[in-house]
Amino acid sequence: MSFTLTTPSGFWNPLFWVIFLALFGLIAYLIYSRGNPSYKKESDQVRPYLSGNIEPAKEKVQVKAGDIYWGFIEALKGYYKILEAIHTGDIRDYILWYLGVGAIVTFILIGGV
Amino acid sequence: MIEHLPALMVALPLFGAFIAPLFKKHYKGVSIWAIFITGISVVLSLLLMKEVVTNGIIMYVFGADKPTLVLPSGYAVPIRIMFEVDAMGAFMAISATLMSFVGAIYSYSHVKKDTGLEKYYALLMLLEAGILGMVLTGDLFNLFVFLEIAGIAGSALVGFRNYRGEASEAGIKYLMVSSVASLMVLFAVGIFYGQYGNLNLAYIAKNVSFNMVDMIALGLLFASFAMKCGAVPMHYWVPDAYTEVPAGINPPLLVATYASLYALFRVSFTLFANVVIDLARVGWIMSILGVLTMFIGVTMALIQKDVKRLMSYHAISQTGYMLLGVGVGLTVLHDPSKLAEFGRDAMAGGVFHIINHIIYKSLLLMTAGALFYVTGTRNLNEMGGLARKMPITTISFMVGAAAISGLPPFNGFASKFLIYETSYRLNPLLTVFAMVTSVLTLASFVKVFASAFLGPPLEKFENKREVPKPMIVAMLILAALCILFGLFPNVVLDKLVYPAVDALINFAQYHSWGGLA
Repeated sequence: MSFTLTTPSGFWNPLFWVIFLALFGLIAYLIYSRGNPSYKKESDQVRPYLSGNIEPAKEKVQVKAGDIYWGFIEALKGYYKILEAIHTGDIRDYILWYLGVGAIVTFILIGGV
Repeated sequence: MIEHLPALMVALPLFGAFIAPLFKKHYKGVSIWAIFITGISVVLSLLLMKEVVTNGIIMYVFGADKPTLVLPSGYAVPIRIMFEVDAMGAFMAISATLMSFVGAIYSYSHVKKDTGLEKYYALLMLLEAGILGMVLTGDLFNLFVFLEIAGIAGSALVGFRNYRGEASEAGIKYLMVSSVASLMVLFAVGIFYGQYGNLNLAYIAKNVSFNMVDMIALGLLFASFAMKCGAVPMHYWVPDAYTEVPAGINPPLLVATYASLYALFRVSFTLFANVVIDLARVGWIMSILGVLTMFIGVTMALIQKDVKRLMSYHAISQTGYMLLGVGVGLTVLHDPSKLAEFGRDAMAGGVFHIINHIIYKSLLLMTAGALFYVTGTRNLNEMGGLARKMPITTISFMVGAAAISGLPPFNGFASKFLIYETSYRLNPLLTVFAMVTSVLTLASFVKVFASAFLGPPLEKFENKREVPKPMIVAMLILAALCILFGLFPNVVLDKLVYPAVDALINFAQYHSWGGLA
């Protein structure tokens, strides 16, 4: 059974990728195995040091999904403003969009453009 | 039995659906019945594919032994209902049966606390019958009837959890959208019937004169099927429906969506294949719709906080890749050198992406369903640290996320690779959009992974455990398929995808009812 996928401009063989993955996995393991052996999982070693302050609850320090990519979304605020404005959730708008696109497509097909 | 396969494909789930209500209040019985029926359907669809690949197009005429039978009055045009199964139809049938089977296994545990399960499973099998009818029929009116069956069953399933207001609203929206699209399809069918006095796809395709009225019918069919497959800017119903439907129904509902995409391809390639100038125009419309769909879908996904809604927007985005791949092929369909150079491979990328997407998106939506099952919420802001509690769901999610993002060696990479390469040959800008979309897809799933699975363990999930075994089995089947299709893309392409693409390209075969005319 051949692994090679031939495409118009070249080829792709997933087997090579798997071999490289295994190789890099091995390198990663070697680096990991040279780590500090005195590390103990269930001890104070894993507690963060917050200048002597008490560690807040995990829920309070967790990065929420809504905060991830905040900068990206903020930079594209104008684009998202339009996008959110057209996603009204109103079924009448859904049908209007359909009618609009249908009219444009039909106009193009009958030779209007 | 083999010669009756096309009819059996539809009859079996219909039979299963009508028997299901007899299992009232026996949720285990009806669940096992649905798994059994959908399992046999998978076997039948594989047999059907084997038969089509070996012997070519299968013609199944209800009430006669061949399509060219002449009536005593001398009336020679086909008047009977026919199923005409080529490799593209068989390919879609495999997708439909496989996903209904996986959905039934997943549902065994996922919906066991709900009531009215005999209706749930009856509707699941009815949805399967509707999809199979759509992809196997060779008759336009039949296509409309099965579109309606799939639409009604689908909307009832979307609103199945009617104790949630949002589910009822989503169900009604899906029903409205489906009804309007079906009505316009019926109107287009009426236009053809009025002009050519027939409803057989191959017959109309041979006789269509491409006058203005025909082109209006094409416009109606194109827009209706594009809306039903969730193309931007007619995609608004998709996140509503996919979010609210029980996760076990997500796989067959996805296939129902792509059955409309199949219908769009069937109309463009089979019905209107002989129109020379406008076909490139249709191809460009499809490609541009594809790019818009993928980009707007992914950017909307990026800002979602509801995990299923986020994944639903990705479903829209991935539809864009399919439209782009097949659109590129359609644009150069009448240019033999370009078709051989990259058009056929572009279509192969698009068609391959259909099954890849059905597999990994079903997997991802099931992991989202698993998260909801365990945590009782779909809000990503309220999740965290679940990898420790749900290790198998986490691994399944990672496989699905890598596949949808087009990371090698998973299945999404192979089809996207073909689409990138070939769309570049038509216009490099198309590829730029496709690649940027992939990057944003990865970013979006990194967000889900980080917020739901990673992070410190949260106290409120202290006593939570992994989902029940049937849900795990369903997810693992799909995860395994993501890996297998990624490791052996050429096998899938040679056995399933290229025969399907060639069936679309060699439309003359379809027009002659597999050589019978």
